[in-house]
Amino acid sequence: MAVKKIKLPNRLKALSTSLIMLWVLLACIPGLIALTVFFGWGTLINIIWLCIWALLFEALVLVFRKRNLGFYLKDYSALVTAVLLGLCIPPSSPWWLSLTGIFFAIVIAKHLYGGLGQNLFNPAMVAYAVLLIAFPIEMTNWIIPLGLEQDLDAYTGATALDLFRNERAGMLISEFWSQNSAFGTLSGIGWEWVNGGFLLGGLLLLYKRIIGWQIPVAMLTSLLLMSALFYDGGSSVSGGSPFMHLFGGGTMLGAFFIATDPVTASTTPKGRLIYGTLIGIVTYIIRVWGAYPDGIAFAVLLGNFAAPFIDYYTQPKPSRNA
Amino acid sequence: MMTSMNKKLKNISAQALWQNNPALVQLLGLCPLLAVSSSVVNALGLALVTTLVLIFSNLMVSLIRHQITAAIRLPVFVLIIASFVTCAELLMQAYAYSLYLSIGIFIPLIVTNCAILGRAVTFAANNSPLISAFDGLMMGLGFSSVLILLGALREIFGTGKLFANLDILLPMATNLEITILPNYPGFLFALLPPGAFLFMGLLLALKNFIDQQIVEKNIKNLSPNPSSSSLAEDIS
Repeated sequence: MAVKKIKLPNRLKALSTSLIMLWVLLACIPGLIALTVFFGWGTLINIIWLCIWALLFEALVLVFRKRNLGFYLKDYSALVTAVLLGLCIPPSSPWWLSLTGIFFAIVIAKHLYGGLGQNLFNPAMVAYAVLLIAFPIEMTNWIIPLGLEQDLDAYTGATALDLFRNERAGMLISEFWSQNSAFGTLSGIGWEWVNGGFLLGGLLLLYKRIIGWQIPVAMLTSLLLMSALFYDGGSSVSGGSPFMHLFGGGTMLGAFFIATDPVTASTTPKGRLIYGTLIGIVTYIIRVWGAYPDGIAFAVLLGNFAAPFIDYYTQPKPSRNA
Repeated sequence: MMTSMNKKLKNISAQALWQNNPALVQLLGLCPLLAVSSSVVNALGLALVTTLVLIFSNLMVSLIRHQITAAIRLPVFVLIIASFVTCAELLMQAYAYSLYLSIGIFIPLIVTNCAILGRAVTFAANNSPLISAFDGLMMGLGFSSVLILLGALREIFGTGKLFANLDILLPMATNLEITILPNYPGFLFALLPPGAFLFMGLLLALKNFIDQQIVEKNIKNLSPNPSSSSLAEDIS
């Protein structure tokens, strides 16, 4: 009898940190292209600027902490933080805004907590939250998508999610979109493509098994259920269509790239489902009933906060037969 | 007798200002500390009131310490502290009304400041009145120094200025405002509660760092020559 071939459950060769980080950087490219097409070169310039400062701050802190400079700089983790922050902040951000952000991300959120692997909170999201609290005007000022600026007088303005929050004033969903026809009818022109790009990159990460399926699936499902539950047929108190929530704002970037950060997310399979669900629900709550247009950052930080607790109660128990 | 007294006072001061600082080591009274330290003038106002309350409550508790039984000591101490806080609040309303408007809601909270109750229970209840009052003064200064430092840091990083509006506490101190960073756009984060936690954490880290340096220096001074006979003596 031929020996049955067994498929090994584990990888033969573990992926190194730097290889994982390189794949994450690569997977950002479709979303980055969409952002550049619709919002101009701002995002790309921001990312380059952020990368330079991220490496400088990382090197500076490593020297202060008397660590091996070459080893830690080569793991690309500072670059991933810089790129993720660059993808989140508005393309028109002034230089000092991104500089403040990357200082908080690298020095305070990462190294003051003990460096990569020890940080409790996602550095890019800490930086985003700090910037949003400290500079609310600059942080909600998005460039009008290309192709629209002729119709409108302004060069910068609110995003569709922002407009939806602040200027709907009891309109029906259909009334809102017809009054703001410049933003399309789904989730704001450009945003469907940006989120589509990040979805594509996320699927690549899933295919390469860089990230597990639990967190993105749980997060998107809970966001879908919440938005379907409170869609209310597009009435004047509707929370917006499920499509707007799934493909608006930073949903896909958050679900595949930010919530799945291996250091700050929950680590057990069951825990990851709970963690993702928590983030999805909190995101919806902040978007619809909270004070900020997009809730991904705060939801992820709250999830990070709960992750050790979730892990504690979801440890897989050894089976009785063993 | 005199030298032992001096030594005791010195010890109290060192404990209160550094080794057992109520804000940096005991981490007591953080609620008013974090809430009020958004500017130097607010911090100074709260620091004054807290120090005064500490001195008088310690004095009073020490005076009646033999009459109070252990079973009822906590309510009695809280009543004493609350009386002095009420006095301080009324004084503030009378002489620094605009300051009262800006930090007034935190003044009644001083009653619940664990640093004050802690000193009453652990020190004043076991020591003579004058020593207790001195301990209150030093503990108050230890708390105040951290409070004012935090206020100054947050004011500089938040607004780029220092000593703004000092005249609402001290009427003669007009125009003391210093612009440290001209054309500073302002960093709202430092003035908001998260900024308070951040700067408090940095101060704690700095204190621990300095302590660590002192310990390392002492170890080096103790054994200038590692190969000396001290080790051998220990073993024998």
